[in-house]
Amino acid sequence: MPENNLKAIIECLLFLSETPLPVKRLREIIPGAGAEAISGAIQALIEDFAQDHRGIELREVAGGFQIRSRPEFKDYVKRLRQFQPTRLSAPAMETLAIVAYKQPVLKAEIERLRGVEVGGILRLLIEKGLIRIVGRKNLPGRPIIYGTSRKFLELFDLMDLSALPTLEEFFQWTGESVDGARKDS
Amino acid sequence: MESNEGPKYSGSEGYRVKLDQFEGPLDLLLFLVRKNEVDIYDIPIARITEEFLGYIELIEILDLDLAGDFLAVASTLIHIKSRVLLPEGPEEEDAEDPRLDIVRPLLEYARLKDAAVKLEGRHLLFRDVFSRDFVAEEMNEETEEELISVSLFDLLSAFKRVVESASRAKILELEQHEYALEDKMADVLERLRAVKGLLFTELFSSVGRGELIVTFLALLELIRVGMVRVFQNTADGVIRVFLAPQRSGKSPDA
Repeated sequence: MPENNLKAIIECLLFLSETPLPVKRLREIIPGAGAEAISGAIQALIEDFAQDHRGIELREVAGGFQIRSRPEFKDYVKRLRQFQPTRLSAPAMETLAIVAYKQPVLKAEIERLRGVEVGGILRLLIEKGLIRIVGRKNLPGRPIIYGTSRKFLELFDLMDLSALPTLEEFFQWTGESVDGARKDS
Repeated sequence: MESNEGPKYSGSEGYRVKLDQFEGPLDLLLFLVRKNEVDIYDIPIARITEEFLGYIELIEILDLDLAGDFLAVASTLIHIKSRVLLPEGPEEEDAEDPRLDIVRPLLEYARLKDAAVKLEGRHLLFRDVFSRDFVAEEMNEETEEELISVSLFDLLSAFKRVVESASRAKILELEQHEYALEDKMADVLERLRAVKGLLFTELFSSVGRGELIVTFLALLELIRVGMVRVFQNTADGVIRVFLAPQRSGKSPDA
């Protein structure tokens, strides 16, 4: 199959798909297309979108590829019709960040970090599909272990967990000796 | 349309508005560090401890269900303060600054909070960027949560000022069990329906001294159940109270 044709087929599929499509899934749909050819075609598509100043772009999210509108046009999209984004309070957002960074994590560890009970918030995050139960720890009471979901990656525009900046990049502090006279601005 | 699920009474203990959806003790510490514009690496432990205890006292007077380990953090602070003020012996040369006991967890927490803010600033699906909406149904679950851009401690601070300007009296002397919390919640909602939004201080402008506390508790409860939203103007620090958008199809401000 000609390369341009492959690119067009992939564009067509991505345009219609409601979820990010991984290369593996594209291979199932397009007989005879190898992983490398598909990846190459996707890269070419990404560049096409970027070069033509289009209103949409091809993003790699949650282990797959998806066509998304560009952020600078969000106000127009919202006039097109009402969307309901996921809204989280600051405490819920913090709890989600702790799960994202410390996973696999126990409720007790999150509570130690925040100094607050998080049972209600964890339930809410599970209901919203942002975190999931990944197992139980071999401790008395078999406490639940939490991690983030694929939907979390999709919502937050993340390719995978490694796309998160490391915690060390936040709030510069070496954790070594603390010198009272030190000023970090 | 409206949930008539009131707060849970716990016998004669008063109203007990639960604070589990709000901020915790480390947030209060960070709030005080910022408010006093002190260096997190060089916390004036005596002053901060005193202020921290002041807030706990206020929370207890309001009979709020103290969420989390406020008391544990308070005792850590008191302990550190005593160690800072009373050096134990002459071999203090290499001793670690006792304040590290609180600075370390505080910094770890500050870092996670920072991470949360950055995470929230990403290009969020259906807020900043859009795709075929695959998860529309499951994402629009009704929730009991709304953005609270004003922290509990900002609200407590503002409430303190309201009380202090209302009278020279202490909060302690305010009567607080004369009015039913549900009635007050209904009052507040009614006032908010009549206008686009109210200043925090306006909420209290036409209520008697005996109603100050219950009005404040009603506000907290309404925030907690997601019927009311509170925002602070970053420029002038003014806190405003709004009705949360209706989750049913009809929007009130058409």
